[in-house]
Amino acid sequence: MLIRIFAVLGLCLPMQAQAQAKVSNFMLDNGMQVVVVEDHRAPVVVHMVWYKVGAADEAPGKSGIAHFLEHLMFKKTKNLASGELSDTVAANGGSDNAFTNQDYTAYYQRVAADRLELMMSMESDRMTGLQLSVDDIATERDVVIEERNQRTESSPGALFNEQKQAAMYMNHAYGVPVIGWMHELKKLNFEDAVAFYKLHYAPNNAILVVAGDVTPEQVKILAEQYYGVIPANSAVQSRARTQEPPHRSARRMTYHDERVAQPYVSRSYLAPERDSGDQTTAAALVYLAEILGGSGATSVLGTELQFDTQQAIYTSAYYGGTALDNTTFGLIAVPVPGVSLQQVEDAMDAAIAKFMATGINIETFERIKMQMRASEIYAMDNVEGIANRYGAALTQGLTIADVQEWPRILQEVTPDEVMVAARLVFDQKASVTGWLMGPQEELK
Amino acid sequence: MIRILSTFVILWAGAAPAEVQIKTPTSPGGIAAWVVEEPSIPFTALEIMFSGGAALDPRDKRGAAYLMTGLLEEGSGDMDAQAFAAAQEALAASFGFDVYDDTVTISVRFLTENRAESLALLKTVLTQPRFDPEAIERVRTQVLSILASDAQDPDSVAGATWSQLAFGQHAYGTPREGTAASVAALTREDIIAAHQRLFTRDTLSVSAVGDISAAELGPMLDDLLGQLPAGEGLKTAAVDFATEGGLTVVDMPTPQSVALFGHVGIDRDHPDFFAAFVLNTILGGRGVESRLSAEVREKRGLTYGVSTFLVGKEEANMLMGQVASANDRIGEAIAVIRDEWTKMARDGVTQAELNDAQTYLTGAYPLRFDGNAKIANILVGMQRQGLSTDYINTRNDKINAVTLGEINRVAAELLQPEALHFIVVGQPKGLNEE
Repeated sequence: MLIRIFAVLGLCLPMQAQAQAKVSNFMLDNGMQVVVVEDHRAPVVVHMVWYKVGAADEAPGKSGIAHFLEHLMFKKTKNLASGELSDTVAANGGSDNAFTNQDYTAYYQRVAADRLELMMSMESDRMTGLQLSVDDIATERDVVIEERNQRTESSPGALFNEQKQAAMYMNHAYGVPVIGWMHELKKLNFEDAVAFYKLHYAPNNAILVVAGDVTPEQVKILAEQYYGVIPANSAVQSRARTQEPPHRSARRMTYHDERVAQPYVSRSYLAPERDSGDQTTAAALVYLAEILGGSGATSVLGTELQFDTQQAIYTSAYYGGTALDNTTFGLIAVPVPGVSLQQVEDAMDAAIAKFMATGINIETFERIKMQMRASEIYAMDNVEGIANRYGAALTQGLTIADVQEWPRILQEVTPDEVMVAARLVFDQKASVTGWLMGPQEELK
Repeated sequence: MIRILSTFVILWAGAAPAEVQIKTPTSPGGIAAWVVEEPSIPFTALEIMFSGGAALDPRDKRGAAYLMTGLLEEGSGDMDAQAFAAAQEALAASFGFDVYDDTVTISVRFLTENRAESLALLKTVLTQPRFDPEAIERVRTQVLSILASDAQDPDSVAGATWSQLAFGQHAYGTPREGTAASVAALTREDIIAAHQRLFTRDTLSVSAVGDISAAELGPMLDDLLGQLPAGEGLKTAAVDFATEGGLTVVDMPTPQSVALFGHVGIDRDHPDFFAAFVLNTILGGRGVESRLSAEVREKRGLTYGVSTFLVGKEEANMLMGQVASANDRIGEAIAVIRDEWTKMARDGVTQAELNDAQTYLTGAYPLRFDGNAKIANILVGMQRQGLSTDYINTRNDKINAVTLGEINRVAAELLQPEALHFIVVGQPKGLNEE
């Protein structure tokens, strides 16, 4: 009855209280952090280990080694034959995989909840027990080269983004692609892989995330048994990366590729990321991206370029706020036939200038706020997504408290804060503008 | 380690997802739906599927269903495209409209607090779409841009080439997006006709999972769908499908060739379907554990990914696969695939492979049911296929019932090395068209 009264009055308090997944956390004695996300709707569990090492932690000249090692982690270990981990997960009806980005490398299995112990026994085994052989290298390196062929070399858009990212970062490793530059990837060897493994794979550099039909008590017992016995590695160093100097010159680039059918303009600005205890600017930038380019029909760029002047087929603004170091804020405009890239870029800049002068439509702002609140409710349908949030945040400089405060911070952002963040981020000197175009001879 | 492992494997029996309690109410107005009441999160996932899709486009109107679907969020009732978007965003509801060759689907998500308003908004799309001329031109330009990009994309070109080769003049033979010429010629009347043709009550399947009761859902469905036309029982035209073995090369300037390959498959209702399903799992359906992946990727490093899959269209069944390798290595990858195809047809699979695949498939099945949206999606697909709610509890038995003798008989019948055709897009070295 009480709940019904709240609902009639339109109070959102009970819902917000409900819309937080049940999360617990604790630390093992060897420094491994553990996060447990409970969802008892289905007898399924996601078991993940996230390492605080990614492509941006590679030594110069060794690009791609973090991702290459991720592939090699499925080879022979102290207790498992090559490929046995995946075979065993499959034999138990589960699925497994791994992923690498600039800031983290993560391994996960999705399996029936009563298989959790088996997953932990295998994942903990390969944390320090990998027994690589020289024979593993050449074939798996060929696989990774084909992966680069498939994801990057075959896609003009991916090649363009790679060049653009390299232009964005003058001194930070975010300018180097995660998969590695081809010339360096081809030379990665056994010693590189072993050295990277020994330096970074240890409990005191890892986070265990278990999500699904489990209790923290169960997880604690198993985690102590399997991960808690692995000694901390004193060789693990804090992540000291070269940082960006002040950007003093706007950069422009044009990438021609005969495979491009639809040219477009892409602009990115260096932008602050979510920082622990200081997420307000990042939250304001999330709103800014939504206001400028979140919805084709109601955003600033969509309204101006797609509806009013009809110069663009598609527009967008994006902001990836979760990163260890400086991230980017981006704008995209895809012209309709007959409109040049220069014209659509000018129209984009004019729309942004007008927005900076006139400010935020309050109805738009309220709609976005509502959608942010709703997205927290919808997110609870996917426990794996919640697990990913924690893993990504904790390997990118944030704390559990930061993750849990984030929805509230998003609800408290004001239009004024968004405009302050916009003035901060729209600094031409810290921007890269790229044109993706068809073959050069078509240029007129 | 090993001992722990075998204990687990023996204990594992592939339980059914007993938690999924499906109710099958029929609304006062006669609309049948499947419902799972799951009130712990205050939202509902609603899946609506209409049998009959882009393949019902008249021959000279290819792309009509696709363009119509793209226009559904571009204005309805007294709202133009921007007013509609603003209304939807204010409710934080989402409507995903998709069209395939044989179906149109609507994936809906709404908060409990906005349930009535969200469904009222969706109803305007189904009963009062505007198809404003300005919106038509805007979306048409988007579709033409997509077609131009697809023409330069190796995967899209491989798919289009395969469809053309396999189905020729049938609607399956051209992309559902249409061609530049057909899309340019579509009129507002063609789009209205597609809307009236596809959104009919006779082809409807509905499922809802989340914070809603079966009793609440019925009247809501009557209001949402009750005014749709009864429908004329339209069906995708029949087609004769067969492949001749061989190789078709499409020249494209790319460092890595993409290959799509296949031949005739098997109908979902065929008594041998489950044997074929398990067979495909062993051949190439099971990620890195499959035979093709072991031979092409793990042993030889020829690709990042190779896979096979059974395709069940309304009027055609295919067993297909895909692989991508550098231009100077694709020839070897294809030779290995042909070889494995021949071996499996001739020698079949081993008892160990069969057991592993059965354990994997039966164990993986209950893991699919872990979200409202995922469950709603599965349930609507089951309805369309004419399965009963009990299928969830018996499906694993059907997998486990496949015997070695049966699967190897099916391997010899289904796998046809001589009919296996490869489409290669790229600049492959050392490969000649046959």
